[in-house]
Amino acid sequence: MITVNRYVCGYCGACVGVCPVCALELVETWIEVSDECIECGRCVKLCPTGALSLEGAKG
Amino acid sequence: MRCDVVVVGAGPGGSMAAKTAAERGLKVVLIEKRQEIGDPVRCAEGVSKARLSSMIKPDPKWIASEVKGARLYAPDGTSIVMSEDKSGDEVGYVLERKIFDRALAMDTARAGAKVMVKTRALDLIRRDGSVRGVRAMRYGEIIDIEADVVIGADGVESKVGRWAGIDTSLKPGDIEVCAQFLLYDKSIDDEYCEFFLGNELAPGGYVWSFPKGEHLANVGLGVIGSRSEPGAPVKLLRRFVETRMPDARIVEMVVGGVPVSGPIERTIADGVVLVGDAARQSDPITGGGILNAMQAGVIAGEVVSEAVSSGDTGVEGLMAYEKRWRESIGKQIARHLDLKEFFIRLSDEDLNKLMHSIQSEDVSKMDLRGMLRVLIRLNPKMLWELRHLVM
Repeated sequence: MITVNRYVCGYCGACVGVCPVCALELVETWIEVSDECIECGRCVKLCPTGALSLEGAKG
Repeated sequence: MRCDVVVVGAGPGGSMAAKTAAERGLKVVLIEKRQEIGDPVRCAEGVSKARLSSMIKPDPKWIASEVKGARLYAPDGTSIVMSEDKSGDEVGYVLERKIFDRALAMDTARAGAKVMVKTRALDLIRRDGSVRGVRAMRYGEIIDIEADVVIGADGVESKVGRWAGIDTSLKPGDIEVCAQFLLYDKSIDDEYCEFFLGNELAPGGYVWSFPKGEHLANVGLGVIGSRSEPGAPVKLLRRFVETRMPDARIVEMVVGGVPVSGPIERTIADGVVLVGDAARQSDPITGGGILNAMQAGVIAGEVVSEAVSSGDTGVEGLMAYEKRWRESIGKQIARHLDLKEFFIRLSDEDLNKLMHSIQSEDVSKMDLRGMLRVLIRLNPKMLWELRHLVM
């Protein structure tokens, strides 16, 4: 699943804009990840701060 | 709650749309998910004087500085200077967006719109298949805001379009991922916006320095998403600043994503209109989005007012918006998309060669298109496929 390092995240919403399945949401200063996430990793690659990571397989 | 139009997002596009509609007598609600409008900024804050002034009276309260022009650097340091009035839509004033966005929202409130902060759209409300407003969370409570039309001005992370069936998701090549410091350094030129090109500095993007007065500047960079990796913008920016201005005092850091996809297939749906970054109307070459969003916002406000009074808020009734923005700002956005697709492929050697080729020309009074014409004349082989852009 996608994990967000909140100490690194700059809450810019770039990840939300690139998510192909609308699984992310920017709320004030944090990112919410919903169950719809398909673990494609696009948000991880594009995060300007490197706050996102894809860990483990979907279970 | 019931109104004629609900606008999602109180950036410059949303506020202009809401203000325009309110001035035409519509009952307007403008919602903003953040508790503070305009903060954090996700923007380099540069705009052209003439175009901004055509839409709003410039106010010293939200102008950080005025510049004389732009200096553009090739990877090897060769540079050219362009004058302010010719340098495109990003050069002229450097704004204080935190104050600017609030001023626009206040103008909107004065025009009669209801502004609601800390109110986040959760989904569209539908009735008999038609969009009838938005469900939102306000101060932690769910509320329904019923409206004939929803204007989605909800930025790079837009949801309104997707909820309405418009796929606005950005592919890696459709977004510039950016980082920016507001910093103080003695080397900052207060009179010029500076642009640094180079695949080492900012792959498929550029580094900018937009002065905000007294040696303060927004120094940032964008990297094309397809060539980025996790955290690259921040890493590259730190490297740039540490190398070129080791004594800089960084007083603010922001990050963001800028849509550079060019015009998307459609920006309206039944009862829905998209504006600004949400409609991917930012400029694919410069990344500038403020003025296009404001202009599209005004068009949206006008068209929606007509649609509401005529009683047709479906796709037919809103079609004029689609036509009008494509005929005005859309043409340049499309041209600049072609330019961007070409320029992101150039090597540093190519960029140096282009810059060397115009050293003997006087480009100071040329606009971007004029300069491109000269570049094509001097480098016909390299730039052959761009010739349609200057015809």
